[in-house]
Amino acid sequence: MSTETATVAGQRTLKMRLWRGDESGGDFATYEIPAQEGEVVLDVVHRIQAEEAPDLAVRWNCKAGKCGSCSAEINGRPALMCMTRMSTLNIDEPITVSPMRGFPIIRDLVTDVSFNYAVARRIPAFQPPKLAEGEVFRMQQVDVDRSQEFRKCIECFLCQNVCHVIRDHEDNKESFAGPRFFARLAELEMHPLDTLDRRRLSSEQFGLGLCNITKCCTEVCPEGIHITDNAIIPLKERVVDARFDPVAWLGRKITGKPDPTPAAVAASFAPETLEQQQAARALGKVGSHPQTSGA
Amino acid sequence: MSEFETHIVDVLIIGAGGAGLRAAAEASAMGASTAVVCKSLLGKAHTVMAEGGVAAALGNVWPEDNWKVHFRDTMRGGKMLNNWRMAQLHAQESPDRVLELEQWGALFDRTPDGKILQRDFGGHRYARLAHVGDRTGLELLRTVQHRAVDVGIEVFMECKIVRLLHDATGAVNGAVGIWRETGKFIVFGAKSVVLATGGVGKMYKFTSNSWEGTGDGHALALWAGADLIDMECIQFHPTGMIWPPSARGLLVTEGVRGDGGVLKNIDGERFMFNYISDYFKAETSDTIEEADQWYENKRDFRRPPELLPRDEVARAINSEVKAGRGSPHGGVFLDIASRRSPEDIRRRLPSMYHQFKELADVDITKDAMEIGPTCHYIMGGVRVDADTAAATVSGLFAAGEVAGGMHGANRLGGNSLSDLLVFGRRAGIGAAEYALGKSGEVVIDELQVASVTAHALSFFDNDGSENAYSAHQALQDTMQSLVGIIRTESELVEAKDKLAELSERARVVSVEGHRQFNPGWHLALDLEAMTAVAQCTTLGALERQESRGGHTREDHPLPDNEVFGKVNMATSFVDGQVRLRREPLPEMPTELKELFEEAH
Ligand SMILES: Cc1cc2nc3c(=O)[nH]c(=O)nc-3n(C[C@H](O)[C@H](O)[C@H](O)COP(=O)(O)OP(=O)(O)OC[C@H]3O[C@@H](n4cnc5c(N)ncnc54)[C@H](O)[C@@H]3O)c2cc1C
Ligand code: SF4
Ligand code: SF4
Ligand code: FES
Repeated sequence: MSTETATVAGQRTLKMRLWRGDESGGDFATYEIPAQEGEVVLDVVHRIQAEEAPDLAVRWNCKAGKCGSCSAEINGRPALMCMTRMSTLNIDEPITVSPMRGFPIIRDLVTDVSFNYAVARRIPAFQPPKLAEGEVFRMQQVDVDRSQEFRKCIECFLCQNVCHVIRDHEDNKESFAGPRFFARLAELEMHPLDTLDRRRLSSEQFGLGLCNITKCCTEVCPEGIHITDNAIIPLKERVVDARFDPVAWLGRKITGKPDPTPAAVAASFAPETLEQQQAARALGKVGSHPQTSGA
Repeated sequence: MSEFETHIVDVLIIGAGGAGLRAAAEASAMGASTAVVCKSLLGKAHTVMAEGGVAAALGNVWPEDNWKVHFRDTMRGGKMLNNWRMAQLHAQESPDRVLELEQWGALFDRTPDGKILQRDFGGHRYARLAHVGDRTGLELLRTVQHRAVDVGIEVFMECKIVRLLHDATGAVNGAVGIWRETGKFIVFGAKSVVLATGGVGKMYKFTSNSWEGTGDGHALALWAGADLIDMECIQFHPTGMIWPPSARGLLVTEGVRGDGGVLKNIDGERFMFNYISDYFKAETSDTIEEADQWYENKRDFRRPPELLPRDEVARAINSEVKAGRGSPHGGVFLDIASRRSPEDIRRRLPSMYHQFKELADVDITKDAMEIGPTCHYIMGGVRVDADTAAATVSGLFAAGEVAGGMHGANRLGGNSLSDLLVFGRRAGIGAAEYALGKSGEVVIDELQVASVTAHALSFFDNDGSENAYSAHQALQDTMQSLVGIIRTESELVEAKDKLAELSERARVVSVEGHRQFNPGWHLALDLEAMTAVAQCTTLGALERQESRGGHTREDHPLPDNEVFGKVNMATSFVDGQVRLRREPLPEMPTELKELFEEAH
């Protein structure tokens, strides 16, 4: 087959099977297009869009693996289209590109990822200690390393897409935040300056307990974040600590620091309750006034 | 008339990059009801791509640094075409804006004594860029995004604004947008509107910008009657990837040079030593020996010429390639492999390591990168008042890359992220104060809305064979070849004619399919913005008969300080046509002028 599709000039033809459709259904459409040197999957999708299917829906922004917009399943494997080079795929066979299966379809390769934004809104804000006038935070690099790993997250939601807890059980979406947000909770929990205890709410409100450490999330993370080993497992351990030893938390926050953060951290350690926080946030909330108009 | 939903707010912010979200946080804190609209999902704006850092004279690494030095560097980098007041406010306020990010959860890299670490970048006298590895933009955007979410700002994502609305006096009072997902219209009534739409890179073929950089905000301002200034001043970043073709244009952060990387031609020569202009002679090393000592000892040695401002470096690369000393794919080499240990490179430049490994199969700890100039940033933009960010039309404000003036003819690296924070905040205050001080209800003019929606839908009725993608390619080819890094009168005149043709082509583009998530339709709408902006750039480039910063004329190779150094090129829309006039540059007060007379 590969010899049949090769052109005289030695140029190969790519067979791309792209999923086309919307929430009511759809199917793969096949496009044949000459291969070009050094392309990534997104380039090929773009050429198909420019030449054959101008209304093909696909999300992308940076084309550099930095924004996390172009998540899809390539030959069934969750990946960023802009970081998957064609040369890593077997082009003797047709290449399929389908939307992320874990989210509802909007159109073609575009899915409805609003679930993730809803979870993000529920996570209580970062809460630093108060600084005196002119004072600045001091933190050691070793202490910020852990949280910095999670802050590399580009919110591609591929980990959310593969996590079987939501992928296979739609109803779990209500009680389970998913790996991306466990990484976010761990980031805040391990942030040297965050004063809110996030252990209990990680399990009670965000369903940490439902994760059974299959590590599928870690495997697909394009940023190489060790979601399970560095976020979920330590967070689970801390949840256990929270049950048995309510003061261990503060100890942990300030261990391993050759030069501890200023006394301010400990002094102003007065975590608000989640309810207080939410009330405060609700006050700041502004609404718009939707009305339907026109004729 | 098409059906639409309506939302009434005090302040409408168009754009959810660093500038838009920072403005939103401020407007909301002032008690104005605030909504943000953006073309992509929240958190994906172009700001996320910024790599090297955010410039602020914190003095953490070099206590000698202060706002005056930063101000001077910025003005000199901008070839004195900057709005001095913006440059001053920026230099004075950026340290506070960066520290404030820490209070919102940002985690910058640290110095040994636990403060924010700062790195070297071109044109900055001291190591001044606060950073997180080479993903500073992500850190900044995530931080303001979380902040905006925490204060409960309403975000309308994947929604493109196509026109602004105005009241009977001409004051802006809302906007019409389209939901990407459904293709339905959405109308905002607002007492004030902040443009924070970013740049214009997508009118060029090779650019570091994301798809969103289509100059929408510039065009919205223009169509609303506001002035743009200095649209000819466009920064071609010296180091973009050039191979493989699909990665062409992608940015290679200046951090590579700040951290020790050097530029070489095919003969292995560090050619930048041959391109030190008189303007920067006093502060630039003229031997390799001196340059190499600077990284460790900035007090006694002058900076290497690889770290000259971007316009200088981009022109030098261009000349090397033209002289036949380029790399195999038409660029030059950027070498850090022979200068730093593999561990250092991977730790300090993780995403560059990743980017080359994944996209070009090049291990930058072993081999040199092939790079060349790429369209990166527009210095020109909406003409604003420095203190309030108000545009020249009432009710309209602008901040971030879409605003003009701050960076003059050339922007220093790191000065954009700080600009977003300083002027994002100021625009938020300006727009909120304006809105809260304005009495009466916002009244939406349904006739205006009807004409906008009819226009937007007209692309579905066009039955011509014009396709948005090919018209866009033609625009990119024209700008790249005729209004690129080196310009000349005959080519600019040719570009002007071609653009007239292209705007006609853009008007008759026909769109296939239906309204739901239809990229072809959105490109058709982007295209009208891009052609309008391209016309401003071309007119400005024709009229500015000198070379200054990001505007280089082969036929006028020197700066003309007497005539063009004293004016902004203002473009505006008059009777449906882009018109240009010269506006005098605001005069700098004496006490600031004196900063430029002191010895280096
Ligand atoms: C690769 C790269 C690296 C960079 N590195 C640095 C660096 O290290 N330091 C530095 O200081 N600068 C850097 N820059 C420059 C800097 O990132 C940008 O100038 C800056 O992020 C622009 O921010 P902004 O808020 O003005 O707009 P953007 O971040 O571009 O955001 C624009 C927003 O407007 C929205 N929008 C646009 N049009 C519409 C419309 N019609 N309707 C609704 N919404 C709309 C978009 O959806 C988006 O949300 C870099 C740029 C690039 C490309
Ligand atoms: S490790 Fe946990 S969060 Fe990750 S995919 Fe498995 S169950 Fe989901
Ligand atoms: S944790 Fe990794 S996989 Fe999950 S959203 Fe973030 S970047 Fe994507
Ligand atoms: S387009 Fe940004 S990650 Fe792929």
